[in-house]
Order: sequence, then C-alpha cells, then structure tokens
Amino acid sequence: MVKPSRSYRVFQGVNGVVLTLVVIVTLYPFANIIARSFSAERHIRAGEVTLWPKGFNLTTYEIVFEDSMFWRNYGNTVLYTVVATVVAMVLTTCYAYVLSKKHLKGRGVLVGVAVFTMFFTGGLIPNYVLVTSLGLKNSVWAIALPNAISVFNLLVMKAFFENLPTELEEAAQIDGLSTYGVLLRIVLPLSKAVVATMVLFYSVSFWNSWFSAFLYMDKSELMPVTVYLRNLISGATTGGNAGAADAQLSQVGANIQAVTIVLTSLPILCVYPFVQRYFVSGVMLGAVKG
Amino acid sequence: MSTSTTPAPPGTEDPPPARAAPRRRGNRTPARTGWRRALRRDWQLYSLAILPLLFFLVFRYLPMLGNVIAFRRFEPGGSIFGEEWVGLRYVQMFLSDPTFWQVFRNTLWIGGLTLLFCFPVPIVLALLLNEVRRRSLKRFVQSVSYLPHFLSIVIVAGITMQMLASDGPVNHVLGWFGHEPIRFIQEPEWFRTIYVGSEIWQTAGWGTILYLAALTTIDEDLYEAARIDGANRWQQIWHVTLPGIRPTMVTLLILNIGTFMAVGFEKVLLLYNPLTYPTADVISTYVYRAGVESNSFSYAAAIGLFEAIIGLVLITSANQLSRRTVGTSLW
Repeated sequence: MVKPSRSYRVFQGVNGVVLTLVVIVTLYPFANIIARSFSAERHIRAGEVTLWPKGFNLTTYEIVFEDSMFWRNYGNTVLYTVVATVVAMVLTTCYAYVLSKKHLKGRGVLVGVAVFTMFFTGGLIPNYVLVTSLGLKNSVWAIALPNAISVFNLLVMKAFFENLPTELEEAAQIDGLSTYGVLLRIVLPLSKAVVATMVLFYSVSFWNSWFSAFLYMDKSELMPVTVYLRNLISGATTGGNAGAADAQLSQVGANIQAVTIVLTSLPILCVYPFVQRYFVSGVMLGAVKG
Repeated sequence: MSTSTTPAPPGTEDPPPARAAPRRRGNRTPARTGWRRALRRDWQLYSLAILPLLFFLVFRYLPMLGNVIAFRRFEPGGSIFGEEWVGLRYVQMFLSDPTFWQVFRNTLWIGGLTLLFCFPVPIVLALLLNEVRRRSLKRFVQSVSYLPHFLSIVIVAGITMQMLASDGPVNHVLGWFGHEPIRFIQEPEWFRTIYVGSEIWQTAGWGTILYLAALTTIDEDLYEAARIDGANRWQQIWHVTLPGIRPTMVTLLILNIGTFMAVGFEKVLLLYNPLTYPTADVISTYVYRAGVESNSFSYAAAIGLFEAIIGLVLITSANQLSRRTVGTSLW
C-alpha cells in the first residue's frame, strides 16, 4: 500500500467532520425533544433548552399519564399491532410458501397477481369506499385487512423459502405429512430467522401507522396513539385533558407534544439496537431477489 | 390438453409421467402438466393460496375497478361502482378547476425537488462512509443514520414542528445571528424546504444500505489497475466506483420516478395547514379533502385516477428509457 497522499489525508479529515455532522444532525432533534419533555415551560419559551433539561420536572409526564385517553390509545396501538401482524403473517407466509414451489402450475400468474399491485393501485377514494361499504369502519379489521400483505415482505419470504433444502420436505412428505404438516412442522421451524424478521417488519410498520385509523375510525377512544399525537400536533383536540388545572395547562402547551413523542417512540427506540441488523439484512435480501 | 386423462383410482397415482411421455415425443418444450393433474397433486398448496388471493382481489384489484366511479355518479351508501354513467364529466370538472392546477404545480415542484435532493444524498453518504477505515466508527454512523427511518411519520412531523417552532432550536440559532424568529410552519415559502429537509433527515441513512452493498461487490483489482494507470483518488471514484454502483443507482432512480406523483401524501397532510396550502397542497391531499372531507367521491376518484395513470406512465417510460440507454431495467 502506498503512503496516502496529502490530499487524501485532508479528505479523510474533512470526511470525518462531515460524518460527525451527520450524526449530530440526526441525533440532536431526539436529544432536544427528550430534554424538552423534562423541562419547565418558561425555559422552553425562552429557547434555553438544548441538550439538557432546564428546570427539571415531571409535571408533563404526570399530566400525560393521568390522561385516560392517552392510555386507551396506547392500548389500542398494542392491540392493532398484534392483530394486524398476526393476520399479515398468516397470509404472507401461506402465499410465500405457495410461490416458493417452483413446480407449481400457474405459479407465474400467482406471482404476477402480487407484483402488479406494486406498480398500480386503486387509489385512496375507491379504497375508502370499499372499506366503508364492507362495514369495516370503526373496527380493527379496517387496519388489519387492507394491509394484510406487503408485496415486498412477500418476496423476501418467498426467496428465503426457495433456498430451503427440498429434500427435507420431500422426505417428510414420503413419511406421510400433508402439505400443511410440512409447512407447519418442517418449514416454519427452519425459518425462524425470516419469520422473526417479518414479524418485526410488520409490527414496526403497524405500530407506526396512523392514516388507516385516522381515515376509518370515528371515535377518539378507538384511535391509536399515533393519531393521538397527530391531533396534538395539529392542535385539533384539547378535550382529553380537560381536567388539568390551569397552572398545569401552560406547562402542557409547550411540551406535552415532546412527552407524547418520547412515549410513542420509546418502544421502537428500545428494540432498535436489537432489530436494526435484521432490517438491513431483510432489505438486502429483498433487493437481491426482488 | 388432458382429453384422455381420466382420474386415476387411488393407489395407482404414479403412472402419469410415463403415460404423458410418449405424447410429447419430439416436443422440445419442458414437461407441461395438465391443470387437472396439477390440481389433484397440489390441491393443498392451492388451498393455501385462496385467502391471500382473496385479499388481492378484494383489497387491491376491486379498488382498481372501483375507479370506474370516476365516470359514474356515486352516492354515499350506494354501489361502490356508482349509480349511472356520466362520462368524462368529472374529468372536465377538474381540468377546469383552478385549485387542481395549483395542486398539480405543487406536486411537480415537491416531487421534482425531492428527486433532485433526496436521490443523490444517499449516494454521497454511501461514498463517504465507504472511505471510513475504522469499522466500528462506520457501524456507529450507519446505525445512527438509519434511526429516523424507524419512526412513525407522525413522530417525524412532530419533531420537525418542534425543531422549527418559534421557541425551537432553529430559531434559537437564528437568534445568535440577531435574526428575528421565523414562523416556518405558517409561511408558504418555507414549506418546500421543510418538506425536502425532513425527507432527507428521515431517509438519507436508510437509502445508503443498497449502495453500500453494491460498493462491496466492486472488484478490488479494478482499483489496483486504475492506480497503476495513474488514477488519483477522484478519478478512481469517477471511473471505478460510480460505474460499479450504476445498476443500483438506475434501479432506484426508476423507482423514485415511479413514486414521483405520489409525493409523501401522509407527510404533507401532517405538515401543512390552510396558511401553507398555496405551496403545500398536492394532488393526493386535494383528493383526500375533496373525497373524504367533502364527500365528492366521484370527483376525487377522477383526480386520483389521473394521478395514478401519470405515475404508471412515468415508471414505464423511465424503465424503457433506462433499458435503451444503460441496459438496466426493472422488468
């Protein structure tokens, strides 16, 4: 290896500075939001809160914790995420398994049916009319059913199944297992890695989703916490914490959003270090095979 | 083709391949089996596909057909395909609607700016990351830059608004330079900057994944050869690195062009307000307001269909163009 030239050493230095800036720009908003959530109103108003809380207090957290609507919506998010992920996993696994069978007659058509929907979709209004006329409004099914299969996830899973050794399945079939038995007792136990990845993909996206609920739910007690947060941001509701005392209300105004942002993203931030690499490998697999 | 195949009695399943063989003698196409036999052999597999197919038919293809309400008068509570034909009435309506042309221009603006800024940033970031020698440092920067991708769009919008609030950090910094606080969220001229900026913040890191993967596949020998030919660092990037990741770049560019018209509907919906409509209102948000909020379903569906068709035309022509010029295409 030749000694790096001077200009390259300069470049390395500049590169380090640029990447440090990227890290700061990415992380600073989080740090600032967290600091705000613990800070006193007047310090926020004065623009004094940067990285550390000023006038540390937990008043806003107490207010949010006492708001029964917040907990209700938080619970809804958990419920919707679980139900929608289960439905999505069942449908995606079944279809991906079918598509992975290369000998299957009509396989190309089945793949095409799914892939075409990546390029052309019905649009907001027909979907809205459909979900409404199916009577799914105000139920978890309005969230779970219309998004039950993500074609991207489907293709990732199909690629994984295609790489499993076929001999194992054939042997199991000769030993008398039906196709269902092979899928449940041979294929799925061998596919823990991809199943875990898919569960993560789906649950993170359902946890984060807000628009289906916003569109199809009419009552605030049915909303997930993302819509609760959205209503806070747009200033659409204040009814939820009508009981709060006046002195507390000024505290609320400035940083109740910060507290809700922190609490809503908390589960994601907690699992993030563990799940991140699954996502990266999933995306790569999808890109290579898709 | 299965004129002579009668269902074999149970227990005598095996003969079919042998029986089928003579009929295909001299026929070079790979073995094709009849539907009846495929169904008999794989009915359990097909049965697994029923529910997913039902999903696609009901929730993906039915809405596509449902677009006919753009040409029919729809009445709430009536058939999802509408009540009677009205021809191109709704198309003419939106074509002569000044608001439509405003949201059309806004869509082109925001879509164009997003493409211009959000497409190259991950490439540059990936090239920079690729030059980092310390693996741990590289990992750390990557992990941090992926993080915003995992957050709900609602949280991103919330953070954006907090950062740009009159008492937020951005105005705080402006204060150091003696600048009056700017009410970013209320000013139409700031909307595009805010939109593109937050988009870069959220997607840039995640976008590097595929480029970094593509970079690892470039043959080290090519760099060696380039060095021997006297190429400096920049020339190596220009002549080896960039051509090496070109297929990835083209693929992602086609995909980006395909979603050009569908510019971040949810984010615009979260970030805009009546004050910023002049620059922020895009086709999809107008469709939402016209359809869901004002109940003009047929009118909104007509606009939505127009948007979807432009999107489809864009992606197919981008695909064609890139197949002809650089030989890479999605299909």
